[in-house]
Amino acid sequence: MPAQKPRLAVWKFASCDGCQLTLLDCEDHLLAVAGAVDVAYFPEATRGEISGRYDVSLVEGSITTTHDAARIQDVRARSNILVTIGACATAGGIQALRNFANVKEYISIVYARPDYISTLATSTPIAAHVKVDYELRGCPIDKRQLIELISALLAGRKPVTPAHSVCLQCKLKGNVCVMVAHGKPCLGPVTHAGCGALCPSYDRGCYGCFGPKETPNTVSLSRQMAHLGMDEKNIKRVFSTFNVNAEEFRAERQRHDS
Amino acid sequence: MTTDGAGSGPTAIIERRDLQALFDVLLQRGYRVVGPTRRDEAIVYDDIAVIDQLPAGWTDEQEGGRYRLKRREDAALFGYAVGPHSWKKFLHAPIQQLWRARREGDKTTVEHEPPRPERFALVGVRACELHAIAIQDKVFLNGEHADPHYRARRNDAFIVSVNCGKAGGTCFCVSMNTGPKVAGGFDLNLTELLDGGQHRFLIEAGSDAGREVLDQLPKRPATSQDAKAADAVIAATASSMGRSMKSDDVHQLLLRNLDHVRWNNVAERCLACSNCTMVCPTCFCTSVEEASDLTGTESSRSRRWDSCFTMDYSYVHGGSVRSTTRSRYRQWMTHKLSTWHDQFGTSGCVGCGRCITWCPVGIDITEEVAAIRSSEPH
Repeated sequence: MPAQKPRLAVWKFASCDGCQLTLLDCEDHLLAVAGAVDVAYFPEATRGEISGRYDVSLVEGSITTTHDAARIQDVRARSNILVTIGACATAGGIQALRNFANVKEYISIVYARPDYISTLATSTPIAAHVKVDYELRGCPIDKRQLIELISALLAGRKPVTPAHSVCLQCKLKGNVCVMVAHGKPCLGPVTHAGCGALCPSYDRGCYGCFGPKETPNTVSLSRQMAHLGMDEKNIKRVFSTFNVNAEEFRAERQRHDS
Repeated sequence: MTTDGAGSGPTAIIERRDLQALFDVLLQRGYRVVGPTRRDEAIVYDDIAVIDQLPAGWTDEQEGGRYRLKRREDAALFGYAVGPHSWKKFLHAPIQQLWRARREGDKTTVEHEPPRPERFALVGVRACELHAIAIQDKVFLNGEHADPHYRARRNDAFIVSVNCGKAGGTCFCVSMNTGPKVAGGFDLNLTELLDGGQHRFLIEAGSDAGREVLDQLPKRPATSQDAKAADAVIAATASSMGRSMKSDDVHQLLLRNLDHVRWNNVAERCLACSNCTMVCPTCFCTSVEEASDLTGTESSRSRRWDSCFTMDYSYVHGGSVRSTTRSRYRQWMTHKLSTWHDQFGTSGCVGCGRCITWCPVGIDITEEVAAIRSSEPH
């Protein structure tokens, strides 16, 4: 172990704070995390000034303003390892729905004083702006994966965050497939593992919170969901959630854009 | 677990109302009894202690990508085909710790995970599944890399097999010469008889352990009528397979067609989700994963079921060897049906149909073989 503990920072961009809270939700592991790293900047949890360099930066949220587009450059410059946490930071989040709409119109409808609002027309992932070293998927992220990532970085090894399907996790748990046995549409076959197959374990189809898996075949899955009775509008909707701006989901959404 | 073949001993009849005695005897003998039970709208394999936990009066409808439970008109205990689970979940655990290491000061100690013997009684094992267990035995118990964890779970296993009374919609054991009649590898074998309004089981022992248990059960000698009824059940099942696949030449057929356009077609449908390999009772591949704690004092290695459909599976320095779904599907199917013969001397497919049923998009291995065959000149 290094004599000095690694400095860790947690940064927030456009997001709901849920992924940061996952860190605070680590319960039994929280003291161990605090013992292993120096949490030098984490406004959600502690007071602290931005100063110097950070060994590890956890970045939550997407880029939606010119101010944040500049700020992420500063975060990158201060960070040895930059990790995006959650669907907003890795894909643009639910707010990336704006990428398919007219933001000016939205602003005029939603805000009493539209002239107070300064925002970009798009919500983009951190990787569209700076180099990202690791990413944790999920809306929100999975706390076991967060602990695994921090443990791996401390040990200097590769984190175990496999990019295969949610199906594999379902099968390891012995879950009965909700799609085959219950006829429920499920995004598990095209979705990145990491949640421990949470929704299918409670008899729900996967919502795709972790975004596209490696080599996802969304076209074939959509065809099967249509076969199970889902109409075009709803197929478009299931690909239009937290990871709508992830390349493969965005493309599938557009295929059903009528 | 040693067996002396089928039909070696005298057969007997045990009445449905007396079958609980089988569970009682197995439990008394210290077995962990596992068998079919209804859960989450499917028939899964789990711990069972009483006969009421068997799915009495239930059956299944199976098609490519579709599985539904349905009521039977009778109260058969084994009136369904195989479901989403296979016995490998007990014998070849999905996740197995291999070792752990601990650092104290300058000293590091490595502790291998000791094999943890388990006495399973597997109740309701089908003929195809006995073949699958035999295949995994060959993989895990032979050679210089025999697996101590598998052995610890397999060695004392007591197998109560069942001749299938119903073929599933995706079954093709007849094509693979693996069923529906059990032909060895069991301790006790049952045939469920429902003719003439009498619910009873023809039971035979296939090992000394089986004979010992059978001695403790209430029973009467089987008549030639009972034997005839059992033969009729098996014949009816054999003649109602949901699928078929000409298997005698498939080994060379696929190897002759490695560049067939059909691999492109199936890749357009295949999700590369790994479900087929997870439900396959013979697929045995694993990956190892390292873990370390936050304080840097403990680390461990475990293995978990992996699949040739993941990118990591064929990852070597610089990238994945099988980066396309086409190459991954072809790897799986040619291994299962062709190169398994070269490697282990048998097919890797037992015709259970799970890969067809539990494929979310219903890709059918028998249909893929037929498509490739039909394109060859006769």
